[in-house]
Amino acid sequence: MRVLPSRFAHVLFCFVLTLAVFSPAQEVKPWNAVQPPPLPAFKPQEPVRVQLSNGMVLFLQEDHELPLISATARIRGGSISEPANKVGLTELYGEVWRTGGTKSKTGDQMDDFLEARAAKIETSGGSDSTSISLDCLKGDFDAVFAMFLDLLHNPEFRPDKLELAKDQMYTNISRRNDDVNSISRRESRIIAYGKDNPYARVPEYATVAAVTREDLLKWHGQYIYPNNIIFGINGDFDPKAMQSKLEQAFASWQKGPDAKKPEIRFEQPKPALYFVRKTDVNQSSIDMIDLGIERSNPDYFAVSVMNELFGGGFSSRLFNNLRSGKGLAYSVGGGVGYGWDRPGLTNLQMQTKSGSTVQGLEGLDGEIDDLRKTPPSAEELKKAKDNILNSFIFQFDTPEKVLHEKMTYEFYHYPLDFLERYRREVEKITAADVNRVANKYVHKERMAVLVVGNDAAFDKPLNTVGLPVQNVDITIPPPPASLMQQGPGGN
Amino acid sequence: MKRCFAKLTFLLLLLAVALPLAAQDLASYEKRVSVKTLPNGLTVVLWQRPEAPVFSFFTLVDAGSAQDPLNKTGLAHMMEHMAFKGTPDIGTRDFAAEKGGLERVEQAYAAYETERSKPVGRDPQKLAQLQKAWQDAMKDADQYVIKNQFGEVVESHGGVGMNAFTSYDETGYMYSMPANEFELWAALESDRLQHPVMREFYKERSVVMEERRMRTDSQPVGRLIEQFLGTAFMANPYHRPTIGYASDLQNFSATDAAKFFQRYYVPSNMVIGLVGDLDPAQAFPIIERYFGRLSNTPKPEELHTEEPPQNSVRQVTLKDPAQPFYLEGYHRPNYLAPDDVVYEAISDILSNGRTSRMYRSLVRDKKIAAAAAGFSDWPGIKYGHLFAFYAVPLPGHTTDEMQKAVQEEVVKLKTQDVTDDELQMFKTRTKADLIRGLASNEGLAQELATYQTRYGDWRELFRYLDRVDKVTKADVRRVANQVFSDTNRTLGVIQTQMASGQPAGATKGAE
Repeated sequence: MRVLPSRFAHVLFCFVLTLAVFSPAQEVKPWNAVQPPPLPAFKPQEPVRVQLSNGMVLFLQEDHELPLISATARIRGGSISEPANKVGLTELYGEVWRTGGTKSKTGDQMDDFLEARAAKIETSGGSDSTSISLDCLKGDFDAVFAMFLDLLHNPEFRPDKLELAKDQMYTNISRRNDDVNSISRRESRIIAYGKDNPYARVPEYATVAAVTREDLLKWHGQYIYPNNIIFGINGDFDPKAMQSKLEQAFASWQKGPDAKKPEIRFEQPKPALYFVRKTDVNQSSIDMIDLGIERSNPDYFAVSVMNELFGGGFSSRLFNNLRSGKGLAYSVGGGVGYGWDRPGLTNLQMQTKSGSTVQGLEGLDGEIDDLRKTPPSAEELKKAKDNILNSFIFQFDTPEKVLHEKMTYEFYHYPLDFLERYRREVEKITAADVNRVANKYVHKERMAVLVVGNDAAFDKPLNTVGLPVQNVDITIPPPPASLMQQGPGGN
Repeated sequence: MKRCFAKLTFLLLLLAVALPLAAQDLASYEKRVSVKTLPNGLTVVLWQRPEAPVFSFFTLVDAGSAQDPLNKTGLAHMMEHMAFKGTPDIGTRDFAAEKGGLERVEQAYAAYETERSKPVGRDPQKLAQLQKAWQDAMKDADQYVIKNQFGEVVESHGGVGMNAFTSYDETGYMYSMPANEFELWAALESDRLQHPVMREFYKERSVVMEERRMRTDSQPVGRLIEQFLGTAFMANPYHRPTIGYASDLQNFSATDAAKFFQRYYVPSNMVIGLVGDLDPAQAFPIIERYFGRLSNTPKPEELHTEEPPQNSVRQVTLKDPAQPFYLEGYHRPNYLAPDDVVYEAISDILSNGRTSRMYRSLVRDKKIAAAAAGFSDWPGIKYGHLFAFYAVPLPGHTTDEMQKAVQEEVVKLKTQDVTDDELQMFKTRTKADLIRGLASNEGLAQELATYQTRYGDWRELFRYLDRVDKVTKADVRRVANQVFSDTNRTLGVIQTQMASGQPAGATKGAE
């Protein structure tokens, strides 16, 4: 944007003002006559990568705009590795790691210390990793980082906080059928991956109740080693000084066993119409579900272009046809899913009034037929690629985004220049590529359909759709007797 | 008002001791903001942030669902949807032909609607004919439409985060673009603020009805909130749902929306915030050219109705097939009241983080709730509104227990001073949150537009911190005593009542 030196810019300013008074119309171009100047070259700042001899990977991203520092350690090992009879263990671990405090400080004492500085230290548990992070004003960094290290090495998992975290999980379990979206998200995963698949299974009263403090300590002892950790830090610091500070903190830490990724089998979902009855709604949630692909799949680039034109943006086919064209839905979209190291969840979803449930389903069906049959026009393809390529700058317009991008590639063993590769590959995608991946990955006859809604008000019975209808029982298994005596939430 | 973002210069001056910031940084921040009001009354605030060649904008129209006409709730929100439907230049194959078609749609709809609304003597056969004529007219007008071309142009030119919202107080539009597309943005945004076309209106109305089903009808807490606000407010339009009543959504017309637009979407009633890699010396001439086109129409009349003092306890009990939920609200004056910042202090002390009173009392110590908080600024700020509390009971605990525990906190605020530490935490956090907010172009653009609109000067973003620093323990106690009284309260609870055939959630439910 800054083409002219400012002195001349002021001259231009006055000139335009004068013109505007006499003939404003001449100065205004219709949108399609505006010629954008080229985007100035922008090289995002790359973080510094350091690998310590104990295997720990550090990324340092300098950013002096604001007097803040934030850091995250992502640690291999997550809920896909927890035992089936203790589903919820990682979530409890991720909560109680922080709230349970350290050997020398309770979680409550940590809260007082941190809140007085408007600082945060948080921990969390995810499907394939756990994390511990900090966020503070740069003047508080040393004190907050010392507390971060204390929590990393000496967590106490105090029992009262484990009980508190369990009570909160019991609450979530008790409420999980109140909301249509929470039902359809959960059941979609179960249908796609299988009830016992670690990516789909859900905590129950019994599995949460089974988790003990010893389980949390054991988890910590099993996974928290430098060779399982990717540590990223972003903010207003001197990189050399920070690097030596981090090396001093981490370099003498002994290696431990590498976290192992569990072997997980993925099977195609069984095509059927799965139905969940919910009588207190006037709108149905419809999901068409299949297993997707991994990002490392060479078809990933073509799939992402296909998703963009099919169910991605404000001008995708699903949005244009089912929302704007037919007025059938407020929420509609989806595409072939992709995961970093597992098949993603392919999901086409919409929410439509009870009285147009089957019509909505048929609408989605028709769009799939059309996607497979009709390759995109040159114009449609260009639009989809432009959507991705012209907004590419937003993938790396802040140093923090770049840092997180690199940490993700490192975690999943992708090349660190994967984003650049993505851009080059998307540029090459043709209409034939899109049509090929549509036929390869979008199979109506292979997809399972999930409907959550009030069938008393449907336009047609679900058995007219042509798929076997299977009622899904979402009754929440009651708490085990031991818990009933003690009472969840009781004192 | 949410104070999560940016109150920069003053903030940094105030923090000069606490934060090791060089003086030249302060000066450079101050130089980053330019503001200009065009002759037609449109105000633009621009914050130059050249870190990356991108920018974000936020257009604030100072009209929300509080401005919905009687009988036409949901109209402000409907207009928000229509702002994405294009203009005479965008979204059409042949506007001249389409224009006539759209006029015929309106005529046919008016005839149909007149017959349909007859309380007596409605002729079913005639009604069917009129409905068909209306539908045929829509089909005819539709042939000229290029669907969602507005969104398509924005997205294919690299626009991201394209969205909009309607609240009781205002309507907001936003997206971000690469910096080289600034002139295109000015062309698109000024065009839709000048002459949006009400194409595909009645299909979009169906989309909005789906939005209502999704957010309100099919969500337990959504159902409670609609009933709760309808009870807490009598005179102020805050008692009506922003999304609109179903019956109004099935009734209002494109002509109604166009009228709403003519009245409220006038330059003096709008402010645009811009943040990013924009040089004001080059951006403002473009803004003048494109937005100078908007005609200079008088600002709409302000709403004068004030909510009469509440002098009775009000309560809503929703018997619902969902787990229990607790809500209570107290009337407070609007955001311009001198004590506005004291309410923010109370909200922070009650609810911010794990040191907050509601967390420590209801969640940590009493172990009766999974989450609990007290918050201000609901459901809007422009008019007298509510300070509210909510609590999510743990399985086996009742909303009565929630009420008792919330009352204990209220009494504590009224009878004992908050501690020095608590008050200091509020002040420290407010300042730090401001700094954190500066990292986001999108957030900052919204803050600039909001403060410029609500205070007539974006600098209030900074001055706010002065007010924060002056809050005392006595202020907190005084305000708590003013606001937290039985007859100023509305209660809202969900009591679990399973429909037959519906699986129960917790076996140890609240019943």
